[in-house]
Amino acid sequence: MFNGFVKNYYFIITLIIASLFLFVFVYPQGVNKIFEYLNIEISFPETPFRLGLDLLGGAHLVYEADLSEVGDLTAFDAMQGVRDVVERRVNFFGVSEPVVQVVGTNRLIVELAGISDVNQAIKMIGETPFLEFKEEKDDTRIILEAQSQGERLAEEPFLQTGLNGRHLKRAQLVFDPSTGVPQVSLQLTEEGAKLFADITKRNIGKMVAIYLDGTPISAPIVQSEIPDGSAVISGKFTPQEAKLLATRLNSGALPVPISLISQQTVGASLGKESLEKSLTAGVYGLLAVALFMILFYRLPGVVSVFALIVYVLIVLSVYKIVPVTLTLAGIAGFILSLGMAVDANVLIFARTREELKAGKTLTQSMDEGFSRAWLSVRDSHVTTLIGAFMLYVFTTSIVKGFALTLGIGVLVSLFTATIVTRKVLHLFAKPSFENKKWLF
Amino acid sequence: MSKIYTTMFWFSITLVVASVILVFVYGLNFGVDFKGGTIIELNFEKEMPTAGEVQDSLSSFSEISVSFVGSSSVVIRTTELTEDKHQETLAVLRGSFPNSSFREDRFDSVGPVIGNELKQKSATAIVLVLAAVIFYIAIVFRKLSRTLSPWVMGLAAIVALLHDVIIPLGVFAVLGHFYGIEISAVFVAAVLTILGYSVADTVVVFDRVRENVIRGGNVRQAVDFPGVVHKSILQTMTRSLNTTFTTLLSLFAIYFFGGESIRYFALALIIGIFLGAYSSIFVASPLLVWWSRNSH
Repeated sequence: MFNGFVKNYYFIITLIIASLFLFVFVYPQGVNKIFEYLNIEISFPETPFRLGLDLLGGAHLVYEADLSEVGDLTAFDAMQGVRDVVERRVNFFGVSEPVVQVVGTNRLIVELAGISDVNQAIKMIGETPFLEFKEEKDDTRIILEAQSQGERLAEEPFLQTGLNGRHLKRAQLVFDPSTGVPQVSLQLTEEGAKLFADITKRNIGKMVAIYLDGTPISAPIVQSEIPDGSAVISGKFTPQEAKLLATRLNSGALPVPISLISQQTVGASLGKESLEKSLTAGVYGLLAVALFMILFYRLPGVVSVFALIVYVLIVLSVYKIVPVTLTLAGIAGFILSLGMAVDANVLIFARTREELKAGKTLTQSMDEGFSRAWLSVRDSHVTTLIGAFMLYVFTTSIVKGFALTLGIGVLVSLFTATIVTRKVLHLFAKPSFENKKWLF
Repeated sequence: MSKIYTTMFWFSITLVVASVILVFVYGLNFGVDFKGGTIIELNFEKEMPTAGEVQDSLSSFSEISVSFVGSSSVVIRTTELTEDKHQETLAVLRGSFPNSSFREDRFDSVGPVIGNELKQKSATAIVLVLAAVIFYIAIVFRKLSRTLSPWVMGLAAIVALLHDVIIPLGVFAVLGHFYGIEISAVFVAAVLTILGYSVADTVVVFDRVRENVIRGGNVRQAVDFPGVVHKSILQTMTRSLNTTFTTLLSLFAIYFFGGESIRYFALALIIGIFLGAYSSIFVASPLLVWWSRNSH
């Protein structure tokens, strides 16, 4: 008995310290402000929550690729190529953590958070990937030398040749038959072959740069004239790099038209407003639930509010660690889970009260309350989890956010509402509290 | 079994039937994310035009409807727009109202393919949740099988759950018809949450029934089964009320402070979660008693 008591104390002290750490992690801004005010020179890193497009403002674009003319490339490779190209283009916008992903066989989802000019972005993404071959001019090497030092960056080191993606039949990863070194082989069209023959003829010993969307991706040195329209780019490639380059070249050359089939854009100011409102809702929700629990369940109510605070801290930390992208629906899921988190406590306390009324001692009633209510707690949590899981698997991104926060909430509440509440409540299960049953 | 169960049970059935009729008569007002189309929300900083003026300025576009949200936002709904058409629309509006600057708060343009997919996915999710839940209940309550088939318990829970989902749908059919409130993708989330919650609540009552039956020692006969169910309902009543109340507190916070875009999502949940607690008592339990009587 005494041993168990001491263990409980250890558990609770650990829990309180852990909670303080979690608080610092969840809300470092507040802690930093207090420290600043107290002239303590410690500041904690302020990792932000990851916010969804509807709270940050931004665009969610769904593209569909026409895969009818991929040729002998697989649909998968073609889509990877498209994704690479779009990703590179999107990176120009300076958007933080843009999302570009292939969904299903022919869909591409692009998410740009906090972007101001969506129209411009759509225009740039929609262009067909552009591949160019360029040759050296007189001072190419001097400019390149300077650029590697960070100078003359605005200057274009290469000359256009007129040979571009239109002339590329396909690119492929091959291995040098004698050395086994990975290379990228290029097959050009008839017209391309002629152009390429001219270019290689006049550039023997010089570089021919290959540009994709205006960025140089390879600058091999011409060894000899190539008249048949088949070229090999060799370099210090790993097989992965060579394959990536081949994919990129194919996407630059391939006519995979993509069309925008869905666009959802939220203005930044609306997003900010939504965020503020949902936070207000969260705070009021938490206060209302806490007040009700204390009024109705007195001492256990206070304990459950403590458990609820631990719950909020753990859940918010999980959001930051995973990280969970918080959408409006996701925050609603979190607020809803506040109500559900106390459900387990309500079940347990109601049961404890019943046992007390039946004349049992405090310790007995508590043990009975916990063990009897456990089945209901388990079953109600599992059914909610089933729902959240199905939601997560079978729906679109808006609803997924909700499912994820709800699911995380249910799992965490299983821990806080049973273990935390139980341990803390057991502190009061001692003789001196037996005649203060009104507290329960 | 006291008479109130019969009365309330038929009252619920009436509500469900009425809701089904309302859904059929008025139909559900699906938002653009389900049926495809475009929604543009503009926020006017000064000199707000009237709906008619906006409508007139866009008369060259087909199928346009204009409405207001709050005091400074105009919502324009139309068919799916391409990005070029979108820019054209904005240019026309800027030209028509040179004195009133506005910013675009929202632009959603969804193709019909995506909308249909969302419908399909939502339906799949709902059916799978139902199946998973009935299965879970059957497994959890298999020990009771001598008194009552666990499948009957699962079925009673499902009926209660349909009740909890159909009535909010009826309410939204009315809201959609008279106030233009739309059913959007998050509504599916609300429905699925109601499903989970409703079952959870029914399970709590049934859990108590199981405990009382097993404790009574009469697993084989269960002499006074209706009495046992009634007792179990009374025992779980406080808990049901309190849980529902705390959850509703959170939801009302969302409803009042959460902003326009999730207000009706919260409303659907408020109705559904209230019904979830109610139906465990007045729909699922009477059914359980009724079926047990018929099977003996």
